[in-house]
Amino acid sequence: MIGLKQVKHIAELARINFSDKELEGFQKDLSAILEYIDKLKEVDVDGVAPTSHSVNLKNITRLDETKSSGDDLADRLIEAAPRKKGRFVKVKPIF
Amino acid sequence: MDLSSLTIKKLAQGLGEKEFSCEEMIGAYLGNITKNDKTINAFMSVFDKEALAAAGEIDALISRKEKLPALAGVPVAVKDNILVKGKRTTAGSKVLDNYIAPYDATVVEKLKREGAIIIGKTNMDEFAMGASGEHSAYGLTQNPNNPDYAPGGSSSGSAAAVSADMCLCALGSDTAGSVRQPASICGIVGMKPTYGVVSRYGLIAMASSLDQIGPLAKNIEDAKILFDIIKGRDKMDSTSCETGRELEEAPKEIKNLKIGLPEECSGRGIQKEVRDILEGSIKKLAGKGIKIENISLPHVGYGVSCYYIITPAEVSSNLARYDGIRYGMSKSGDELLDVYLNTRGEYLGEEVRRRIMLGTYILSAGYYDAYYLRAQKVRTKIIEDFRAAFKKVDLILTPTLPTLPFKLGERLNDPLAMYLTDLLTVPANLAGLPAISIPAGEAGGLAVGLQFIAPHFQEESLFSAANFFENEIAPRHS
Repeated sequence: MIGLKQVKHIAELARINFSDKELEGFQKDLSAILEYIDKLKEVDVDGVAPTSHSVNLKNITRLDETKSSGDDLADRLIEAAPRKKGRFVKVKPIF
Repeated sequence: MDLSSLTIKKLAQGLGEKEFSCEEMIGAYLGNITKNDKTINAFMSVFDKEALAAAGEIDALISRKEKLPALAGVPVAVKDNILVKGKRTTAGSKVLDNYIAPYDATVVEKLKREGAIIIGKTNMDEFAMGASGEHSAYGLTQNPNNPDYAPGGSSSGSAAAVSADMCLCALGSDTAGSVRQPASICGIVGMKPTYGVVSRYGLIAMASSLDQIGPLAKNIEDAKILFDIIKGRDKMDSTSCETGRELEEAPKEIKNLKIGLPEECSGRGIQKEVRDILEGSIKKLAGKGIKIENISLPHVGYGVSCYYIITPAEVSSNLARYDGIRYGMSKSGDELLDVYLNTRGEYLGEEVRRRIMLGTYILSAGYYDAYYLRAQKVRTKIIEDFRAAFKKVDLILTPTLPTLPFKLGERLNDPLAMYLTDLLTVPANLAGLPAISIPAGEAGGLAVGLQFIAPHFQEESLFSAANFFENEIAPRHS
């Protein structure tokens, strides 16, 4: 079972606010899931290469060119921001 | 107007021969939505006015005797994690409650280009995390055939909408079975293409090494028509590729196919009613002269464990973007950090937060090797199992789910039981293989689907075997 202190630490890393009750719930759930996935320790993976791409696609590259979307896409993207000033996205200051 | 037996080809024929107008037909689908969707809750939004206007345009084309595009007038529902320009797109989450898609996903653009009518956006488990539709922040979806039962998930609304004749076909996304599994439960066809064959530009990311968009339809023919339109390399998705890259010969004739039955997917752990339907189908296949061979995929049982390491890890990275700064909902706070904490605490649902927490833990200092790296190595072992199997057989047959469909609420409070719903579908995602779920029978009024899995890029033989199965092994009355 993972400790409550560790669960709190993970919540901080994940940038999520939780109530104490929720944290206790996660402690239980995460422990059960971790116990289940521990099954993987049964598999002998000595000398096995990890898979990050299942189809072995080669790198696909393209020229790094500036392109205009040709419509009002940029305006719509800016418009989606919750807080803005003119065409700037506004955030709280960081000190 | 009887919509239950309509197919894409029959629709085109009906329009061409003026059996019905496009407006009448779209009106009939919209009528079904009005009548039934208050209880089923398959749709997040319905575009009735635009759909009727688009239908009017198709009718005008017909009266001018102009050539119609391939999907002219076909009402398609789109899962709410796929962008449709100018439309609200929530991915089933409150954090995107106010999000308006600024562009069309490539798959949507392709459908529109072929004359399809996007009739609405469908309900889903939040950010596609769930196997029952119950994790939607906008209320659960009912199984149209059995109201007490879950429709499966995460493409819950897409499967229910097709099954209840509220659209002709639909798009979903499949990360661990999220197209095939609800299709099986709702008694329809659902297909996951080879990883990379369908562009994901405009699909809201969950687990990027596994996500694929796939079609849901009443029959194989329609699923294949949709697939052929949405597939192909897209310059906007650098993980996309052409089909047929590694396949030069035409698919084998059905009679020459050898089908593999993995012992791990047909014995213990599979509910008896499901096993009976599998065994019945195998007998019929053998009766038609198709060779069946028992095979072994020794590591396939570790699929769910692998998945529940890889997915949360990728989820925790992909969902870091929902921070209340650039789009979506935002909850204010004293400092920048409080904006993140408050926004994510307030608007992300329980299952999403559970997976972000698990992924953050797995990727945190000191645990990477023990979990993530090990899972990626076991993933290699699973891929090697399939590679060895496909040296002996052309296709693999398994049930789509290890159990019969389950009731609403039955697995909601037990995350592990919910995760095990994906036991037989997740291996194809981990290995990037194409797979399809086909209705194979019923037990006690509950639909059971079987799944074919093919080697990479062999969608052609997957569809032709599935077509044979549909016509010869488990024909339905329609």
